[in-house]
Amino acid sequence: MRRSVFIAGLAAALALGVGLFGIGRKSSVVQAQQKASTTEVKVDNFSFGPVTLTVPVGTTVTWTNRDDIPHTIVSTDDPKAFKSKVLDTDEKFSFAFTKAGTYPYFCSIHPKMTGKVIVQ
Amino acid sequence: MSDKKKDELLHDQNNDGVNRRGFLKCMAWAGTGAFCVMQGGVLKSYSLSRLSELNTVDAKGELSFVQISDSHMGFNKPANTDVAGTLKAAVDKINGLAVAPEFMLHTGDISHLSKPEEFDTVGQILKSAKPKDVFYVPGEHDVLNDDGKQFLERYGKGSKGAGWYSFDKKGAHFIGLVNVMNLKAGGLGTLGHEQLEWMENDVKHLKSSTPIVVFAHIPLWSVYPEWGWGTDDSAQALAYLKKFGSVTVLNGHIHQTMQKVEGNVTFHTACSTAFPQPQPGKADSPGPMKVPADQLRSVLGITDVNYVQGQHALAVVDSSLA
Repeated sequence: MRRSVFIAGLAAALALGVGLFGIGRKSSVVQAQQKASTTEVKVDNFSFGPVTLTVPVGTTVTWTNRDDIPHTIVSTDDPKAFKSKVLDTDEKFSFAFTKAGTYPYFCSIHPKMTGKVIVQ
Repeated sequence: MSDKKKDELLHDQNNDGVNRRGFLKCMAWAGTGAFCVMQGGVLKSYSLSRLSELNTVDAKGELSFVQISDSHMGFNKPANTDVAGTLKAAVDKINGLAVAPEFMLHTGDISHLSKPEEFDTVGQILKSAKPKDVFYVPGEHDVLNDDGKQFLERYGKGSKGAGWYSFDKKGAHFIGLVNVMNLKAGGLGTLGHEQLEWMENDVKHLKSSTPIVVFAHIPLWSVYPEWGWGTDDSAQALAYLKKFGSVTVLNGHIHQTMQKVEGNVTFHTACSTAFPQPQPGKADSPGPMKVPADQLRSVLGITDVNYVQGQHALAVVDSSLA
């Protein structure tokens, strides 16, 4: 599992490297992003980083709580698109985004913490 | 050569009084809190270190109780790795009070992660306190994952809705409110329509001379909305209390003492028995504040409240664990 992620990362880095010296920087970055299948959001200092995350359809987003205080990841849509259990320090929550759209979410314990995933 | 001189100079300064002991003394004073007497909406406050200067009439009433808050049982990060120990210290302090309080209020965040064993531990520790009755309201940490079902099963006997209730003690009317349920994205604490309606009916028939004590976890006044330290619909709740001459609001959540007087209402927040949080806006986020272990107890505490019947006055003492 860890090995395959590493290889995928290496492949992406290679593609990026080739792109930089080849066709052009911008298009290759987009290509690298589209190839990526997982993306991480850090929950740190009572905020989500990045606050707005844009990913291609099919991406699994993983939130990791880096705070000393528990947090949750809860969709603000009705019905809720996703809802994590409470995440203690270093615990993770993942959700696979299979449909395009905008997915606002918040921490139901600290509702001032809000974020958004845009799936294209 | 010049470096050495610098070192010597620093050393001299330390000897001149800015030493560890001096600093500790300062911290202990800062964390001690205040003894407050409210008379007709005017709050008088005294440093706890000056309590001995007060006469017993001011210090004792016909009813006294203690507020503890934010025990966060289960928390084990560097800000305090022994929250059971500091809760026990709070109980020792309560048991050492000159006048045994009649009961205790716990203004929420009993547990850190709503785990059964965390609630059990708090229950065990509080059993050794002299006051046997404890009145609880939930904090957001007590209603994780199950919408407060466990909290209601444990503490909600005789309560309404998500756990709100009221009771009378020696002529004073106590109202326990729940403002940690159904929180909305971007919002603050919420009481909700059902609870507000209940509260309106609860106080409607009371005489305006009845002293009112409202307790809830999240502050019912805007302490610092940027960090979520306030309650969206608290103004409605306070509107129901306008006719009363004496209203005291006791909250937790922000892990530090703060006081405010607004007309007939005096607001107090209590220290945590577990870990301190930064002053509003004085840090990037309201996360636990790490203070050296030997200073921790000076920023944790209990609140001791005396009510003098017939004088419309409540005296609130915030006492540190140091």
